[in-house]
Amino acid sequence: MPTPGISHAHSVVEPSSLSKGIAGVLVILYAVVTMVPLAWIFLTGLKSGPDSIAYPPKVLFEPSAEGYCNLFFSRSRQTPEYIAQLPPSSGTCDSLARSSNMVVVGASNFMPRFLNSLIIAFGSTALSVVLGVTAAYAFSRFKMPLKDDLMFFILSTRMMPPIAVAIPIYLMYREIGLSDTRLGMILLYTAVNVSLAVWLLKGFIDEIPPEYEEAALVDGYTRLQAFFKVVLPQAATGIVATAIFCLIFAWNEYAFAVLLTSGAAQTAPPFIPIIIGEGGQDWPAVAAGTTLFLLPILVFTVLLRKHLLRGITFGAIRK
Amino acid sequence: MTFIEPRALLEQAARATPEPLAHRVRGLSDRAIAWLFIAPTMVLLLAINIFPLLWTIHLSFTNYRANRPNAALLDVGIDNYVSVLTDPDVWAAMQATAHFLFWTIFLQTLIGFALAYLIDRRFRGHGFWTTVILIPMMLSPAVVGNFWAFLYQPQIGLFNYAVSFFSGVPPSSFEMIGSVKLAPWSIIIVDTWMWTPYVMLICLAGLRSIPNYIYEAAEVDRASKWRQFWSITLPMALPFIMLAVLFRGIENFRMFDMVNLLTSGGPGSTTEVASITLKREAFEKWRTGYSSAFAIVLFVTVFGLANIYVKALNRVKNR
Repeated sequence: MPTPGISHAHSVVEPSSLSKGIAGVLVILYAVVTMVPLAWIFLTGLKSGPDSIAYPPKVLFEPSAEGYCNLFFSRSRQTPEYIAQLPPSSGTCDSLARSSNMVVVGASNFMPRFLNSLIIAFGSTALSVVLGVTAAYAFSRFKMPLKDDLMFFILSTRMMPPIAVAIPIYLMYREIGLSDTRLGMILLYTAVNVSLAVWLLKGFIDEIPPEYEEAALVDGYTRLQAFFKVVLPQAATGIVATAIFCLIFAWNEYAFAVLLTSGAAQTAPPFIPIIIGEGGQDWPAVAAGTTLFLLPILVFTVLLRKHLLRGITFGAIRK
Repeated sequence: MTFIEPRALLEQAARATPEPLAHRVRGLSDRAIAWLFIAPTMVLLLAINIFPLLWTIHLSFTNYRANRPNAALLDVGIDNYVSVLTDPDVWAAMQATAHFLFWTIFLQTLIGFALAYLIDRRFRGHGFWTTVILIPMMLSPAVVGNFWAFLYQPQIGLFNYAVSFFSGVPPSSFEMIGSVKLAPWSIIIVDTWMWTPYVMLICLAGLRSIPNYIYEAAEVDRASKWRQFWSITLPMALPFIMLAVLFRGIENFRMFDMVNLLTSGGPGSTTEVASITLKREAFEKWRTGYSSAFAIVLFVTVFGLANIYVKALNRVKNR
């Protein structure tokens, strides 16, 4: 990043084109190698069962809808006689199943789990951002006793091992009937995310000059009006960036989900690894589910790239 | 690009301005708004972080078992803590955690810094490739970690195939997950694949925070590139590297997702890191009191180590 006032183009420290070239080749090599596992997930999702476990691993193969079919539908094995007397198959997945003596018997659990992930991730994100932006504003603008201690307290809640928190949460939720509910998970993820939201948003709000609100107050706005009409629009970028960070955390979370949910509120991360077919894990279906699950995050990463550094260091490094 | 900048001056200036009379007489007072804005966050954190923590502390002095909620609750004093600290399994878990922590941090720092250094050569297209490199760290460790189990399959996995392709070792002659010797490395490899970008990003911020004029002065003094690296680049980037190590250290001390899905502690207990032991004790053996004590020991350990480390970090930063 160019430092203001110092010209880079003709600087004596500009790297030579040879060193740039070598650096470029090495970095691109690293990037390509680390993308191989992700490319393999994508490819495996498009393979048929036998192709997915072929040796040597197949890079060129005939694409098959099997992985995605098995992800969305559950099947059961039938006798050829039974299948022969069925009416003609209704869709791609059905005919695919029949070619291996199976019939589609209904939708799998993938969609409900995916939906849980969506509801819990968006619900907890909305709540975290609302709590975060109000608390951050108060911390940023008002004098209060023990401010630094409160801020550190909020941060320290993030250091606990999730399993350690999971024990009492498990007992508490069992007592008050929040076990395996979406509301329980939303509250839990909000409690985890709110520390990040407060720290990040305080940084963003600190950067808005207080003079803007002062001017609004002089113009006759109340403090609340000034907050809604002046501060929130100014903090919009920061709020969006914070929201995406919260969303990604809640979307990816596994430890709490696997320990505290089993059915009704189970999210996709604990579900995808247990997709099994006949005789072990159904890798094309697992890969298909993984692909669909990772796709939104890829988009978000690109959107977030300018704020990534700030987000992953809790605002300790600002750009 | 700096660490949290001192805004003290600006804030002081803002406070010195007489508060406009308008907002003190109309609407909610600033004090009321401050509390209104902070209270919801505090209530949530008290309910879902602090109360559970206190409950864990309480349980750690009892013989409570979550699968027998109606059994008589006995106060066992510090017995649980004594058993935790004298339990050879706990020490084995701590050792596994330390081994995992050391190698992941060592590899991630080394590769991450090297990558940052190369990207800082600013070759053509470095922005795009940086974004590509960052992708793994945004993904769900559980869902992606699970897929690595497929890549590690001894007969059919892409990883074994690649190793045998480049080294000539038969692909079925070694098992990454199944063998005592290689299982810890199977986790270290995935963690390094996933989190090296994180260290890279923070190191890159460090490198870019070094003003160019320092290098220009060094050029004028005819310091060699090698000398410049050791006396300018590395010392000035050190606080950033240490910050990255801190964040990775805290995260990996609590590591659960990937290990649970790749090896779940096996084979035997070779990869049983602290979180996995904790999960076994709490949610499989249901020794709630004992595992609460273990959780507290872990929390105090990570908190204590992090505090000592932050002191060292501040000393380096202020040097």
